[in-house]
Amino acid sequence: MGTLSLGPDPRPMISLLKFAARILVILTLGGFLGATLVRLAPGYGVDQEELDFRLSSSSIQFLRQADSPNVSLFTFYARYMLGLLHGNLGYSRNLQEPVRQLLAERLPETLKSVTLALVLGWMAGLSLAMAAALARNGLLSAAASLLASIMLCIPAAVLALLFVDAQLPGRLVLALIVFPKIFQYARSLLNRSVALPHVLLAHARGAGGLRILLCHALPVAGPQLLALAGVSVSMAFAAAIPVEALCDLPGIGQLAWQAALGRDLVVLVNLTMIVTLVTVLANSAAELASRASRGGET
Amino acid sequence: MKPSFLRFLCVLFLVPLAARAQSAGHPANQLRFCITSQPKTFDPQLVTDDASETIRYLTGGVLVRLNRSTQQLEPALATSWQVDRSGRTIRFVLRHDIYFSDGTPFSAADVAWTMQRLMNPALHSPAGDAFRSGEGRVVTQVIGKDRIAVTFPRPVVGLARLFDQVAIMSASSPHGGMAVLGPYCLAKNKAGSWLLLKRNPHYWKRDTAGHPLPYIDSVRIDVEPNRDIEVLRFLHGDIDFINSVDAMDYDRLKARAPSTAIDAGPSLDSEQVWFNQVPGAPLPAYKKAWFASTDFRRAISESIDRQALARVVFRGHAHPAISWISPADKYWFNARLSPHPFDPHGALRLLAQDGFQLRNGALYDRGGHVVEFSVITNAGNLYREQMATMIQQDLAGIGIRLRIVTLDFASLIERITRTFDYEACLLGLVNDELDPDAQMNVWLSSAENHQWNPSQKTPATSWEAEIDRLMRAQASTSDLSRRKAEVDRVQEIVFEQEPFIYLVNKDALSAVSTRLRNVRPSVLRPQIYWNIDELWLDASGGGKR
Amino acid sequence: MKLFRAAAIAFLLVVCLAGLLANVVAPASCARQFREQPDAPPSHAHWLGTDDLGRDRFSRLLYGTRVSLFLAPAAAALAGVLAALIGGVAGLAGGWIESCLMAATDLFLSMPWLFLLVTVRALLPLDVSPWASVTITFALLGCLGWAAAARVVCADVRTLWSSDALLLGHASGSSGLHLLRWHIVPRLKPVLWAQFWISIPVFILSEANLSILGLGVAEPLPSWGSLLSELESFPVFTTQPWQLAPLFLLVATVSCFHLALQNQESWA
Repeated sequence: MGTLSLGPDPRPMISLLKFAARILVILTLGGFLGATLVRLAPGYGVDQEELDFRLSSSSIQFLRQADSPNVSLFTFYARYMLGLLHGNLGYSRNLQEPVRQLLAERLPETLKSVTLALVLGWMAGLSLAMAAALARNGLLSAAASLLASIMLCIPAAVLALLFVDAQLPGRLVLALIVFPKIFQYARSLLNRSVALPHVLLAHARGAGGLRILLCHALPVAGPQLLALAGVSVSMAFAAAIPVEALCDLPGIGQLAWQAALGRDLVVLVNLTMIVTLVTVLANSAAELASRASRGGET
Repeated sequence: MKPSFLRFLCVLFLVPLAARAQSAGHPANQLRFCITSQPKTFDPQLVTDDASETIRYLTGGVLVRLNRSTQQLEPALATSWQVDRSGRTIRFVLRHDIYFSDGTPFSAADVAWTMQRLMNPALHSPAGDAFRSGEGRVVTQVIGKDRIAVTFPRPVVGLARLFDQVAIMSASSPHGGMAVLGPYCLAKNKAGSWLLLKRNPHYWKRDTAGHPLPYIDSVRIDVEPNRDIEVLRFLHGDIDFINSVDAMDYDRLKARAPSTAIDAGPSLDSEQVWFNQVPGAPLPAYKKAWFASTDFRRAISESIDRQALARVVFRGHAHPAISWISPADKYWFNARLSPHPFDPHGALRLLAQDGFQLRNGALYDRGGHVVEFSVITNAGNLYREQMATMIQQDLAGIGIRLRIVTLDFASLIERITRTFDYEACLLGLVNDELDPDAQMNVWLSSAENHQWNPSQKTPATSWEAEIDRLMRAQASTSDLSRRKAEVDRVQEIVFEQEPFIYLVNKDALSAVSTRLRNVRPSVLRPQIYWNIDELWLDASGGGKR
Repeated sequence: MKLFRAAAIAFLLVVCLAGLLANVVAPASCARQFREQPDAPPSHAHWLGTDDLGRDRFSRLLYGTRVSLFLAPAAAALAGVLAALIGGVAGLAGGWIESCLMAATDLFLSMPWLFLLVTVRALLPLDVSPWASVTITFALLGCLGWAAAARVVCADVRTLWSSDALLLGHASGSSGLHLLRWHIVPRLKPVLWAQFWISIPVFILSEANLSILGLGVAEPLPSWGSLLSELESFPVFTTQPWQLAPLFLLVATVSCFHLALQNQESWA
């Protein structure tokens, strides 16, 4: 990727094209790898209803053929990509609805959950990490660590149960899962930054804690924190799968869970591509911001 | 650190906790409950899964309905019916002035159309399969607007009862399958999340005072795969009943809200373990020889403490299983069979007959191989995992090492139906049919669901050949006492040979909110809402049911 | 703080020893079922009560320690090493190598790995021993858990490589290896420690979740993950608080690890 610059220079255009091509290649690869994993794993094309003793042999054979049509992985993927070019995302075998409609219904829900989780997770994680880095005594740091450890150690399912029992919004579970990870990374990075010679010097000159943190420590840890920001998006998406399934949130996480259990190939390929796209975009944005900030510094 | 920063932190953590989930205001006359998965189809003739069955039950109108409480057939869209002596033809007299949910009138032509579609071999309808006793076409004869005769190529046992599963579809409605005759019709489907059913304004049934049924305006069905969350939602009053509760949850509910927990007694379901006896299975020959030995299977059966399984795993809400027919099926169960003994010493004697020897706490076969095998079961079913763990300890008592492998359902089915790469399997049989004829596809050696050795060209053993003969014989006669004698004999053979080692029959456990009235719990599915059109919701909540 | 550290180290030692000597210390075998007393509350005979099948919870906790306390950190370390290697190489090499490696990392973060695990289970024989199964599971978790950290490491290395200190080092003629050994690797420690802390509990819990695929520990062997998953039942917190013991132990162990190695972590 090129540097950001303004003016009639053709380079930004070329960079943008390169970037788009890169995303396209990664997406195509991601979709294909996802399809391969699902298709080759045991249980593909198997239906629980085969064990229904009311079914005659011919109905069971029919069920089997319907579940795993005799199409190779490459043919499936080529057909899928062709459909994609025409805006057709395929049809969900399990939910009996066009994938496009399912995604249109569910994507906003997940985006809401993930955004809230990221905002809350970052606010809580970063502010606690800052507090821990600033604290003179180790007590606050220890307390913050303990809180993060507890959140890391409680299984997501238990958190979900507690939230349902307390009738709290399930979305917050996602924030609680993302928060300790952001806290741990941010605290490590900030701890290192506040111990740098020039920060120590500023401290010795009598600069206030918050000022040191904002003016000296945060900028030093900036690129890494930005990288973390990029990665945290995929962390939140990954965490959304069990949380939405457990808390009954009708988002794409819940869809992914149901599709995985039912080996719904078309849905899974679409979801893999969406997650890949979000991951690549988030990480590229983080990288771009990081380079831009470094460009600004130098 | 400045106090303002601390305050900020406090606010940050307390605000989300204070933001209680808004409990969405539900319409007062709305029934709510959960199903574990999204219905796979809304076509009533293609129903195979529980969730689709629920929708069919609530929306489909049938000619005759099985009263789940008395276990007797009752008139529904048909006021009367008659099966002729050959057992091939059934004649229905239909109700007048009945309309589908979209206002299309109902007539005998709709029944004929439904039956022709159902019996079309290309449709592969499970409900249709139940009627398929032989090759040939089904003939429907419309005799006027309100009379119809349906003739099958061969006699069908329990013919009238099978119509409980046949939802009548409209031959002429512009809305196709969405026009229904049942108490409710589908209003909204948020796939994978929830479904909303609205009262069918044209539903035919009225109560004794002449009020139109059903009493409840709408039914919201949430898709909730997590049973613990379902129980919590029930306790919070978010849903009105749980059709089938686990034993542990039942005890907890009983402790917290005694009037809501219902044990309707033993169900028709069973839990069983079986050995892989497929000749081509990828197993060593000596293991195949163990599994094919009747003494070996009986020894395993005798070394399992079924009483303990029922008491510990199911908290007493299950009974040691005896036969493939549950004692709950009072007519067909063979009462002459006595429970399987728990006798590890007897088991060792049986094994010794086959050349097995117990040395230093481990069992060896005639060829000197240590006796150990794995049992697979589906992951996520705590009770099966616990049963397997208890069996593991029981078998350790006779020197056998058992490994337990839990697999996701799709992988497990692939192993037991395609690759046959397993040694033993622990699964349950969900059964709603009182008539043993429904289990033909389990007991015929040529059947796909003859799980220990499916799709045999010719019966592998003489006792399987005998079961084939008896099952075919009972299916070809309508003489009930003859059928009973033949089915009893099949139960005896299965008791002696133990191709399936039956473990327990679970009780039918449910939970019902006190605001739901007129509930008559049954051991047959759907346990709680089988009389959905008569149920009503008490706005005041509490009190006796 | 020193006192806290000493206490933390002592606690960890006790936990490790108890895990190692589980068959000596535990009052009963982890598999033994006291069928007459299922789900019993704590008593003199069963300090933490018994589970649904009547097995002594305290003994199971000790045996579970053996599985989880040794394998989870090993898997976390494996993930850390992979993150350091891949992120480090990408950050140092830059250019198309970085582009390719980071693209691979993005793909890695987005793949439905569940299906790889299902395939692995299918490739393993059904009678694989519980220990082999759990070791393979943790190895897989280690191999799959590096991607997020690799991105942060890459950003870190890139920043460090172009920092003033390193430029000065270059100018003064220090070799690349020397700079890597003495300037880059030590500075990566905070990120890698963070990754390590996060991975331990995450892997312990993931192992329990993988039991639904037939991977992970198999009955009757317990692990902290499988003991923690017993909490996934609604009344535990209010009516059977003693069942929270595995959670307390895990939180305490992770926190003590933290405390014991805090000096390492804040190295700069």
